[in-house]
Amino acid sequence: MAAVTVMRFINRRTLSSTMGQKYLAFSSAAAAKAASVGAGLPQRVKIVEVGPRDGLQNEKTIVPTDTKVRLINMLSESGLPVIEATSFVSPKWVPQMADQVEVMRDIQRKPGVSYPVLTPNLKGFQAAVKAGASEVAIFGAASELFSKKNINCSVDESLQRFDEVMKAAKEAGVPVRGYVSCVLGCPYEGKVPPERVAHVAKRLYAMGCYEISLGDTIGVGTPGGMSEMLEVVSREVPVSALAVHCHDTYGQALANILVALQMGISVVDSSVAGLGGCPYAQGASGNVATEDVVYMLHGLGIHTGVDLSKLMDAGAFICQTLNRKTSSKVAQATCKL
Amino acid sequence: MGNVPTTVKHCLSNEQLIRDYPWLTRWLLEEKGVAANPEYPEFVKIVEVGPRDGLQNEKEIVPTGVKIQLIDLLSGTGLSVIEATSFVSSKWVPQMADHTDVLRGIERAPHVRYPVLTPNMQGFQDAVAAGATEVAVFGSASETFSKHNINCSIDESMLRFEEVINSAKEQNVPVRGYVSCALGCPYEGPIDPAKVTQVAKRLYELGCYEISLGDTIGIGTPGSMAKMLRSVMKVVPSNALAVHCHDTYGQALANILTALQMGISVVDSAVAGLGGCPYARGSSGNVSTEDVLYMLAGMGIETGVDLAKVIEAGEFICNALSRKTNSKVAQARQAKHCD
Repeated sequence: MAAVTVMRFINRRTLSSTMGQKYLAFSSAAAAKAASVGAGLPQRVKIVEVGPRDGLQNEKTIVPTDTKVRLINMLSESGLPVIEATSFVSPKWVPQMADQVEVMRDIQRKPGVSYPVLTPNLKGFQAAVKAGASEVAIFGAASELFSKKNINCSVDESLQRFDEVMKAAKEAGVPVRGYVSCVLGCPYEGKVPPERVAHVAKRLYAMGCYEISLGDTIGVGTPGGMSEMLEVVSREVPVSALAVHCHDTYGQALANILVALQMGISVVDSSVAGLGGCPYAQGASGNVATEDVVYMLHGLGIHTGVDLSKLMDAGAFICQTLNRKTSSKVAQATCKL
Repeated sequence: MGNVPTTVKHCLSNEQLIRDYPWLTRWLLEEKGVAANPEYPEFVKIVEVGPRDGLQNEKEIVPTGVKIQLIDLLSGTGLSVIEATSFVSSKWVPQMADHTDVLRGIERAPHVRYPVLTPNMQGFQDAVAAGATEVAVFGSASETFSKHNINCSIDESMLRFEEVINSAKEQNVPVRGYVSCALGCPYEGPIDPAKVTQVAKRLYELGCYEISLGDTIGIGTPGSMAKMLRSVMKVVPSNALAVHCHDTYGQALANILTALQMGISVVDSAVAGLGGCPYARGSSGNVSTEDVLYMLAGMGIETGVDLAKVIEAGEFICNALSRKTNSKVAQARQAKHCD
C-alpha cells in the first residue's frame, strides 16, 4: 500500500483513523493500476474551490474574518489551484461577505494559486481591484425568471451591466470567469432548454470570459440532462473553456461530474466539506464536497495536485467553527469522533 | 507539414480539434452510423435490500410488525424484488431472529419476488419450510473477510453453498449469489479483480442465476469499478450480473453509472439508504433506492418503480427507527421550498 500522510487533526482517533488512512491509500493504489479506464477522461482536472465564497455565503452563521482567512490559507496549503475568496457585493445584500476587503488583505497568497472574487457590477470590480484582486467573476442565468427574481432584471440586461466590468477588466488586464446558473433546471421555470444555456455561455465567452462555469443551481440534473446540455453548449464554447458546478441536492453531483469528464470537461467547481446548503430548499444540501470529488478523481488516476488529507483538515476546521457536520462522505468515513 | 509554423500545426491537429469540440467525434461517428455515446440499458431492475441488508446494519432491533409493514409498503411501489429477511442463526444476527414470522406475515404481491439469505443447509431448509421461493448465498472475494465474517475460508464457504444450491435446484428454487469486497476489503485493502472473477465464476457455475458484486465498504470509484467489471464480464455474462454499491465515500451513483455504461442492468439499493457501514462507525452504507431511481428516471431509463411511493416507505421506516433518511432525494423533497 502506498505511504500515507499522517492526519494531524485532533479528532481523528486510532482504529478508524488507521483504516481511514488505508482507504485514502486505496484510491491512489487503484489510480496507479488503473490503465486509461474510461478512455477519453482528462489526465488532469483543475478544481475550483468555492467554499469560502459560494459555500460560506449560503451558511446561516456569520463567520469571523480571521476564520475565513485561516480557512483560505489552509485550502491554499492543500494544493488547490483556484480558491474563490470572497464577493464584492453590497454587504446589505450579502452580510456574510461584508469583510471582503479585510479578507483579501489578510490572506496569505500562495504563488501559483488564483484567488478570484465575485464582482456583480463596476463598483464591485473597482473595489475588488483596489483591494488587490487579480481575477474576478461575473454571473449570468440561463433562466429569465431566475434572473428577475435574483437580481431584478432580465438576462440580457444583466449581461449589459457586465459589459462595463468586462471593459474595465480588459484595460486592467484582469481575467474574468463567467458563471451560468440554472443550466439543468430552475426553481421557478422548471426545465431549461440547453439552447438557452448555450446562448448565455456564448455571450459570456464572446464578451471575454476565459472560462464559463455551468451551474446546476438546484442540483436537479442527472447524467442524461448533463450530457445533453454539454453537447449543445460545447458547439458554441470550446470544451476547454468550460467548467461544471454541480450541486448535490439530489445526490447526483458525482455522477453528473463523471459524465462531464467523459465529455472532455476538465474543470470542476466544488466546496470543501460541501459547505453551503441549497437556498431554494431549506435543509437540503447544496455544493458538492471537494473531498468527495478529489477522492473520485484520484481513484480514476486523474491528477488534481490536491493533498486530500490537508483538504480534509481544512474541512474539519471550518465545520468545527461553524458547529456543523461535514457534508462530505469521505470526511465522514475517515474522521471519527 | 515541414514549413508550417507550430501554432498553425497545433490548430490543424486532429487531437486539438477533438479536444476543443468533442461533439465532432460523435458527429463524425454518427455520419458513419456508429453510436459514440455510451449506451445505457432501456430497463434497470432494482433489487431492494432495505428490509434485509439495510435493517441488518441498523442498531435498533425493529419489531416484526414494522418489518412486515415496510415490506408491504415496498411491495406496492412497483419494485419486483425485495430481499425480505435472512435465515441465519439469531445468535449471529439478532435483527433477523424473526425471519420465519416476517416471511409468513408479509402480503406477497403478485409479480414481486422475496428472496431470503441462506448461509447453509440449515438456513435453506428453514427458509423453504417458511415458504421461501428464492434464496441467496454470500461469498467473499477476500479470504480474511470470509474468515472474520463467516468463520471459514472462501473455498469452504463454496462447499457449503454447493450443498444449498444443489438442494435448491432439486426444489426449483432460484439462487442469487453475492460477492462481497468486490472493490476492497476492510482487512486486506484493494482486492485483485482476478479474485472477484474467480469467486463470481464459481458461484455462476454452481448454478446462481445472478451474481451481485458488492462494494462492501464503498471505497470503489468508477476506475476500479470498470476494471473489476471488465475482468468479471469475461467469465460471467453481463445480463447475469448486478452491482451492489455502498455510498460510504459518496461514490455509489458514479459507480452505478459506470456499471450501466458497461452493460449491467441490475442494481441493488436500500430504501432511505438504510444500513450504516459496519466497518466505519457512523458512516453510511447502502446507496438509497430513491437516489438511484431519481438518476435512472432522469436518464429516461425505465424501472417500473414509483419514486413517490418509495419515498413514503422510506419516511415510514425512518420514523419507526427515529432516524433521518440517508436519501438526498428524500431530504430535498422534505425540505421546505422557499421562493
